[in-house]
Amino acid sequence: MTVSNAIEVRDLTVWFGSGTERSDAVKRATFSVAEGGSFGLVGESGSGKSTILRAIAGLVPTWSGEMTVAGEPLGRKRSPAFYKKVQMVFQDPYGSLHPRQTVDRVLSEAMQLHGLTDIDRRIARLLEDVGLGTGFRFRYPHQLSGGQRQRVAIARALAPEPKILLLDEPTSALDVSVQAEILNLLADLRRERALTYVMVSHDLGVVGHLCERAAVMQQGEIVEVVTVESLRTGAVTQDYTRHLLASAIASAR
Amino acid sequence: MSEQTLRQWLLSDEPTSRRQARLSAWYQGWLAFRSNTLAMLGLLILVFLILCALFAPLLATHDPFTQDLAMRLQPPGESGYLLGSDSLGRDIYSRLLYGARISLYIVLLVAMVAPLLGLVIGTVAGYAGGWLDVVLMRITDIFLAFPRLILALAFVAALGAGIENAVLAISLTAWPPYARIARAETLTYRNAEFIHAIKLQGAGPIRIITRHIWPLCLSSLVIRVTLDMAGIILTAAGLGFLGLGAQPPSPEWGAMISEGRKYILDHWWVATIPGLAIFAISLAFNLLGDGLRDVMDPKGGTQ
Amino acid sequence: MTDRLLDVENLRVSFDTRTGTIEAVRGISFTLGRERLGIVGESGSGKSMTGRAVLKLIRPPGRVEADRLAFGDTDILHASDREMRALRGRHISMVMQDPKFSLNPVMTVGAQMVEALRVHERISGAKAQARALEMLEEVAIREPERVLRLYPHEVSGGMGQRIMIAMMLLPQPEVLIADEPTSALDVSVQLQVLDIMDKLVRDRGMGLMFISHDLNLVAKFCDRIIIMYAGRIVETCKASELHKAQHPYTLGLLNAVPDLEHPRERLDVLVRDPAWRAAPSVSARQ
Repeated sequence: MTVSNAIEVRDLTVWFGSGTERSDAVKRATFSVAEGGSFGLVGESGSGKSTILRAIAGLVPTWSGEMTVAGEPLGRKRSPAFYKKVQMVFQDPYGSLHPRQTVDRVLSEAMQLHGLTDIDRRIARLLEDVGLGTGFRFRYPHQLSGGQRQRVAIARALAPEPKILLLDEPTSALDVSVQAEILNLLADLRRERALTYVMVSHDLGVVGHLCERAAVMQQGEIVEVVTVESLRTGAVTQDYTRHLLASAIASAR
Repeated sequence: MSEQTLRQWLLSDEPTSRRQARLSAWYQGWLAFRSNTLAMLGLLILVFLILCALFAPLLATHDPFTQDLAMRLQPPGESGYLLGSDSLGRDIYSRLLYGARISLYIVLLVAMVAPLLGLVIGTVAGYAGGWLDVVLMRITDIFLAFPRLILALAFVAALGAGIENAVLAISLTAWPPYARIARAETLTYRNAEFIHAIKLQGAGPIRIITRHIWPLCLSSLVIRVTLDMAGIILTAAGLGFLGLGAQPPSPEWGAMISEGRKYILDHWWVATIPGLAIFAISLAFNLLGDGLRDVMDPKGGTQ
Repeated sequence: MTDRLLDVENLRVSFDTRTGTIEAVRGISFTLGRERLGIVGESGSGKSMTGRAVLKLIRPPGRVEADRLAFGDTDILHASDREMRALRGRHISMVMQDPKFSLNPVMTVGAQMVEALRVHERISGAKAQARALEMLEEVAIREPERVLRLYPHEVSGGMGQRIMIAMMLLPQPEVLIADEPTSALDVSVQLQVLDIMDKLVRDRGMGLMFISHDLNLVAKFCDRIIIMYAGRIVETCKASELHKAQHPYTLGLLNAVPDLEHPRERLDVLVRDPAWRAAPSVSARQ
């Protein structure tokens, strides 16, 4: 194998409800992400972009199609080995940390679950890596700012030393200045650890900054898969992509 | 360490050890609780009652069981009977002290059994969902459909009269509301991102329920239990009053009222004084519960 | 500017906590005429508190103090609850971030709009209904008759926010305070909602206080910008002259945004100077 794909998704359909109540959140989505690549899923709310991420992570059981992640074909259940390779960072830094647990507890539990040893030293290094420092180790979430919480969430995702990170709008709840810090951190971590990213975002600027390729989604379907370069130059083929580009550029000026 | 620096250490926003983080969280809770005057009053009454129960042998002026028919129905303050004597000439004050032990014993046992049962059933039902949820919640509904005292009576009748059986009966009738609360809380947290996150670390359902969901349900349960304590004491007293709880000559407060009932018109103190004791302990628990709600309710909490 | 709608001088909002007093707004001064004024800052900069303080929506333990806080001739600072109720909605309205939380979920859109109007005006139900219809048309809602019968959960986020704006403008207030009115919406819907709000405010000659964290968006829709940091105003300028902004904080906010058209290897990160916090507030009075 020369360049293998970290993630292969073929004909993925995800639905909620059953019978007449059934609604398809994702319809026959197909894409792949090369190892070490960074892939964006772009679209408006309700387009199904987050649902794809959740299906890969095993949080939505009702799907059909084929998914191969890190060389492992996925079934209904995910193995512990899967979670050692694939981790996720959630959108809302206020909702993704347990309100009654200190940073220390969050990180050490993650490490225990993956059977890691030497937890004390690892936590210290992990906090250093995400730019927090050990002074934050024994704080509760309410003693942290939004950006600091998101750093903790990233540290938790990095605890098992995964190869693939699924990022679900990791900066949309943050101030622009904090967003810049987190985006820089994510870029650094990817370089240092040779991570593969799949990032969901509604913000084309953010996707353009962090990703090389992106899938544009509308109402559950992938409209087109483009390189960020062609987004930049406007060399896109679909009207919907053009419409998204136009609004993004209009609001940035 | 001087007072001031200890306080600063406890209120630090940058704890440096697990112990400090935990102590600091407790201390902040205590400060919030302390600022609630009524809750502090409740706590004081309760502490006073606990001390009374603990030191009953020292504080009692008479043996609570010794009868003295010559001195029956003495009014309070007379012949060395601080709060009077009952129909068998027993000192009501001493019986009250020993009765506090029984009341607190009942409260403690019920508080350990019922919420735990409710917590387990509610969180499992809420987290598992599907058929398990349906089965567990229908059982809960069946228990809820009976009036509490009637159900307790039926249990006691089946198990036999006595204080342990009264506790068991009360616990068996008290858990369904806790199960409901725990389930409702679990449902709000089940799809929270922090639960997803720990799931993605490979945690199983038992770990998620016991280590992540239980701590979150605990506060609302503790509040509810404290507020229910008054009702539990009253149920226990009611069973005692009906002769199905503590058996004579045990100085259980409900049974004491029951005995005093016959003399209520001419000798008011025999029934009134244990009644006041029940009132005091119920009030104390209610005030405490209200205060705890202010401190522990995660929805109304700080930030 | 001659007709001053809002006049704020040395406004302070503070909260007493166990560990001391937190000052959310620390002595800011500004005026609002018949113009569009943007207030920009990060979370915690005090921008939302400023908007709430103007309507006296700060609950204890929060405290509002000012040398002057007036709407026209009305002294807001010393107004009674009764006077404030008459002021709110009728003269000063507020649109909040998420329409989901600002609309009553158990009342139809129509019933809420009619009620909003009848609180302030003696007007027949039929007339109120007609005004509501008219207003919904103005915020570009198609089939307004149908929308009036809908419940809030039956409308999309963008439509909900437009309904909210329509409802707030119904009693024809002189000032609209919009607190992050579009940050819960998709980008394409965002622009549409803002365009509508902008047009209505301009047509009626109202004063708009537009509170947002998005400097670019504010610059696009406002005449004048106030930039807040740590409860103080660090800089104020005309929106058209934003590119001439001097303060490193303003520049930092501008440069922190990833730009699709001009990619950079690394984004500029704000290095916060403690001196910004200590520096006195710039007055934005005109």
